[in-house]
Amino acid sequence: MRRIKRLLIRVWHLVSRPAATLSLGFLTLGGFVGGVIFWGGFNTALEVTNTEAFCISCHEMENNVFEELTRTVHFSNRSGVRASCPDCHVPHDWTDKIARKMQASKEVWGHLFGTINTRRKFLDHRRELAEHEWARLKANDSLECRNCHSEVAMDFSKQTQRASEIHTRYLINGEATCIDCHKGIAHELPNMEGVDPGWKVPPEIQGEELPQATVFDELEKRVASAHAALR
Amino acid sequence: MRSQDRTRSMILRRRLAVALAACVALTGSVALAQQAAELVGPPDPTKTVPAEPLEDWVIDDIRKMRAYPEQPPIIPHSIEGYQLSVNANRCMTCHKREFTQGSGAPMISVTHYMNRDGQMLADVSPRRYFCTECHVPQADVEPLVGNTFIDMIHIGSQPAESE
Repeated sequence: MRRIKRLLIRVWHLVSRPAATLSLGFLTLGGFVGGVIFWGGFNTALEVTNTEAFCISCHEMENNVFEELTRTVHFSNRSGVRASCPDCHVPHDWTDKIARKMQASKEVWGHLFGTINTRRKFLDHRRELAEHEWARLKANDSLECRNCHSEVAMDFSKQTQRASEIHTRYLINGEATCIDCHKGIAHELPNMEGVDPGWKVPPEIQGEELPQATVFDELEKRVASAHAALR
Repeated sequence: MRSQDRTRSMILRRRLAVALAACVALTGSVALAQQAAELVGPPDPTKTVPAEPLEDWVIDDIRKMRAYPEQPPIIPHSIEGYQLSVNANRCMTCHKREFTQGSGAPMISVTHYMNRDGQMLADVSPRRYFCTECHVPQADVEPLVGNTFIDMIHIGSQPAESE
């Protein structure tokens, strides 16, 4: 304890006194250049961990989730736009990205201690891992989906009838976010017992008017009741 | 001796009969084979032929008439990427009774809620779980072989006599 205290005192004496031999210019400019090099290096290392090649360098990722991704529309589609691991799992904004990177220390732990390093362990954890991601995307309103997809830019005349109807009813109205209905869009679904799809009407409002009902539904109801009275 | 002769001639006759039957069978089967259907496909199976273009799927969401009442209706929408496994049944997330109000999809037939003894169940019967065993989407191609199917409404049934 006393040794540590003496060391700290010596360090403080060193840094609290003016430099004896080094010039002011050297120290300030050198500090500036050193800071730039440090910041650049830090960011570069951060971006390296943001690449697909880095993600699939672990066999847990490459053999399980990446292999499932290769069979989906986010990997191969008509327009040739491909989404890779960081596009959906890492936010683009710097603050959100750093927050996610701090959470990723848990994944480093998992890799070191082999939480999912066999197929069996991965399958056992699949539901839990999926629930984490669903919760994350629900909390940030499918932020990563909106990196590429935008509801105001959707051309409903180019979608199929079902898709345009459901998007209008649920997405445009703000009733649901992307992940509510599009679970399993990139990787295989876990055991979905107890997980309801995003278009299920909650039991507390079944039988009542739906929140996304428009004035036309009201009109239809009145016309139908008028016709019933005429019979 | 005479008894030996009879046995011997019986054996010879039997052998002759077997040989004759074999000849008839051989020529008969050859004759039948000339009439049977031949393998379809390119005339020379060992040559490389250009691949035909991939078919377009009919995904216009329009319900098609069934050819007979118990026909499993065809799927009028795209099912690309739909997961149908032990873990998840994407078809049911729209077509199960409790989800039909939100999705607007037709409910699966009540026969799917019955077990093989005809008793109603609360949930879909396990024997009906894998939808694509019976239900398929259609592709916009010509039929592979000719079709002589006659709808049963065209097969004559005498109308009941009126009073």
